[in-house]
Amino acid sequence: MRWVWIDKFVEFESGVKATAIKNVSLAEEHLHDHFPGYPVMPASLIVEGMAQTAGILVGEARDFQEKVILAKVKRARFEREVRPGEQLRYEAVIEQVSPEAASTIGKVQADGEPLAEIDIVFSHIDNNLSGQVFPEENFVFTDEFKALLRTYNVSAGH
Amino acid sequence: MAMSRDDVFGKVKEVLVDALGVDDDEIKDDATLTGDLGAESIDFLDIVFRLEKAFSIKIPRGELFPDDILNNPEYVDGGKLTAKGLETLKGAMPHADFSEFQKDPDVAKMPNLFTVKTIVNYVAAKMAA
Repeated sequence: MRWVWIDKFVEFESGVKATAIKNVSLAEEHLHDHFPGYPVMPASLIVEGMAQTAGILVGEARDFQEKVILAKVKRARFEREVRPGEQLRYEAVIEQVSPEAASTIGKVQADGEPLAEIDIVFSHIDNNLSGQVFPEENFVFTDEFKALLRTYNVSAGH
Repeated sequence: MAMSRDDVFGKVKEVLVDALGVDDDEIKDDATLTGDLGAESIDFLDIVFRLEKAFSIKIPRGELFPDDILNNPEYVDGGKLTAKGLETLKGAMPHADFSEFQKDPDVAKMPNLFTVKTIVNYVAAKMAA
């Protein structure tokens, strides 16, 4: 399974906000285990979807030069369950960004209804964890990943 | 904008309660962020952002929580700060109370310098500047 929990971007304003769509499908194997006979999208994966939407927004703001890692989920609040067939809409807004970190505010809708609020802090890890050295290669934003993003008109310096 | 020390304390308290999920009454002047309030390193990023927002200030990296001093071999020897290291840290953190720490400047005890009071002092000085 590829660890991508958003299907496409429908809005992308560099350094400001991004909106992504995720279609929840019964073809996703994990839904058959969560739960047998009663498929519900795990809330943790909804958090992951927001982390990807917001994380790409934060990464693009620095031309994908930083390794952007989820540091902390400041707040996650859910209104209800999400069932197969529903469409999630992730809206992420950059609240603050500094050389070492960024914070985002996020809202999620499910089939047009408010579903969740998820606020996140990201770390630019090369500028943190002082003294610790990470591989030079950007393992968060790989070339293949950036190529995929370009198909949605999301690219460095866009 | 002039703010009394109590006002600053009140807002710092709100920031720490929200950032660390602790109770109001745990926020005392001498409570240490990591020891008493359970902050992890990642929480420091969050706290800096929240303080910037709450007080409309800019906190340059390393000003509130200096993190580069330990990387300098001249400042650390055998797990303790050297005299020069201690002086440098004091200079970098005029907002911290060194009276206990300087008796035994063990690097492992450095987190004890980061108390609620340290943050209140820092913000109060920043607001007065």
